[in-house]
Amino acid sequence: MQFDQFLQYLISGLTSGSIYALIALGFTLIHNSTQLINFAQGEFVMLGGLIAVSLYSAVGLPLVVAVLLSVIIVTIIGIVFERTAIRPLKNTSVITLIIVTVGASILMKNIAMILWGRDAQALPTFSGDKPIQFLGASVTPQAIWVILVTIATVVLLQLFYKRTIIGKAMKACAINPSAARLMGINTSSIVMLSFALSAGFGAMAGVLITPISMTSYSVGGFLGLKGFAGAVLGGLDNPVGAVVGGITLGILESLSIGFIDSGYKDAIAFLILLMVLFIRPSGILGARVREKV
Amino acid sequence: MATGRAFIRTDKFWFLLYGIAMAVLPLIFTNNYYVKIVIIMAINTLVVLGLNLLMGYAGQVSIGHAAFYGIGAYASAVATTKYGFSPWFGLGASVILGGIIAYVIAIPTLRLKGHYLAMATLGFAEIVHVLFLQLKNITGGTDGLFGIPSIAIAGFELDTPQKLYILVWLFLMLGLALSLNLANSRVGRALRAVHGSEIAAASVGIDTSKYKIQVFVLSAIMACIGGSMYAHMAAFVSPESFTLGMSIMLVTMVVFGGMANIWGAVVGATTLTLLEEYLKAYEDFNMVIFGVILVFAMVFMPQGLIGAGSRLLSFRKRKQEIIPDTAGEKSAAS
Repeated sequence: MQFDQFLQYLISGLTSGSIYALIALGFTLIHNSTQLINFAQGEFVMLGGLIAVSLYSAVGLPLVVAVLLSVIIVTIIGIVFERTAIRPLKNTSVITLIIVTVGASILMKNIAMILWGRDAQALPTFSGDKPIQFLGASVTPQAIWVILVTIATVVLLQLFYKRTIIGKAMKACAINPSAARLMGINTSSIVMLSFALSAGFGAMAGVLITPISMTSYSVGGFLGLKGFAGAVLGGLDNPVGAVVGGITLGILESLSIGFIDSGYKDAIAFLILLMVLFIRPSGILGARVREKV
Repeated sequence: MATGRAFIRTDKFWFLLYGIAMAVLPLIFTNNYYVKIVIIMAINTLVVLGLNLLMGYAGQVSIGHAAFYGIGAYASAVATTKYGFSPWFGLGASVILGGIIAYVIAIPTLRLKGHYLAMATLGFAEIVHVLFLQLKNITGGTDGLFGIPSIAIAGFELDTPQKLYILVWLFLMLGLALSLNLANSRVGRALRAVHGSEIAAASVGIDTSKYKIQVFVLSAIMACIGGSMYAHMAAFVSPESFTLGMSIMLVTMVVFGGMANIWGAVVGATTLTLLEEYLKAYEDFNMVIFGVILVFAMVFMPQGLIGAGSRLLSFRKRKQEIIPDTAGEKSAAS
């Protein structure tokens, strides 16, 4: 493989990896505050894309407004989801909670199918289609948007964790929820906030990817799976790990298309994931946990 | 695995009742369509029984059991249609192949815990799914494999759903007997100890990894037999029958019925199979209704159907017990 070809695959891997990273971030946020895997995470991505399409083409709002409004609406859906389905279920086993999120994802997916139909829908790119040449590889403006928004999100999230009191409270809840509660932190609103943020990140991933690869009612499952894989790859308890894991997964997938056959793309990604798990069971950047007896 | 004590008495009663009920079902509903639903119900129950031993008893979650179901179905399909072997050879091959793959996968996978274990089993299932799609000259790719022949017992061709059901029923009852036996045995108690705390179990001399691997292989073999039966019923296999959605549905059946309870697996598999089938009439809305029922059921019955049922019963019992008790206290006080 030539260098420019390699670079091309690397850039497309970086683009899809950024999307996985945003979704993976949602998984770690919720896992940190509830020890829960939210199987409805991918549906937020799907809803983000489809609501933006409707606001832009059916309502006729300007693209920027449609995109931002869509992210806000999905964030609210995330809050409603937490208040109605997750909150009443305190003190039940994690696996029960997981089944609830599976049920919710089936629900959202099929309501979306009824509302938007089965056809794939697209959004226009944010700033034109003219590719930029970079060391022999071409980069579309939308790919730059994806990568930049992901970087900005990660930086802002880190600042939020380190600089704001709510962010510190969130971190405290992740480390030890009962101690956090004893210190007067309202863990219930922290859980709600993490659902809101993860829905928002999911929607952001959805609006960013729709101009590149279209969207439909059924994309949630596949994107959620990739996000989950990214989060596990990086270490479920670590937001930075989630980003690293998501991007790594995207790049590996993209390179495997270049080196092997595109049909094996998903198998290669999961094979690498399994190998990483077997060698380092808590993910690349995950903390090594010693089980207490 | 070691055999244990005979079933406890209530289990014996339910086992007979369930066995008879499942045996007469296709005699009442003779329509081919209904018999096929009964077969699917029996196959799902068999697979869910195995998964319940793994999840409910040993506490190891697998979101990849559709892979073993698929391996069982494809082994039977490939052996009979591609190589012309007899269906019994196909069934044997699916059990052996599934068992070996499960054993090899279990050793590294079962070292993982919690969500990492779930992800690893899911990843394995996705890899198997991709292989079903991509190994076109063996599996037929997206088109799948057609014309899987019927299976015969001593020259008696099981060529209609009714006849095939005899064999499926036998496997179901065998699986149920094995599960009940295992649950009440030393092995069952060892598995529950592993579920509670692996370190504590190891400290009292239980070889935790051996038990975990054995139960994983057993549950995989039960899934393979289910898959093989499915292949003979449908006479056709394709990759879309063995997806992540199916793995999740199997886990849901375990939890919906009630974990760590053999009858929970039976109830969960039966109700959800029937519900899914019944809702097919509502076309686009069927999965919406299914989702709503699933969420509501888990919110209001987090212990599953069996858990909710037994809580209701024990609540009634407690009420009866409390009345004479408080009466006694009153008389003592006065």
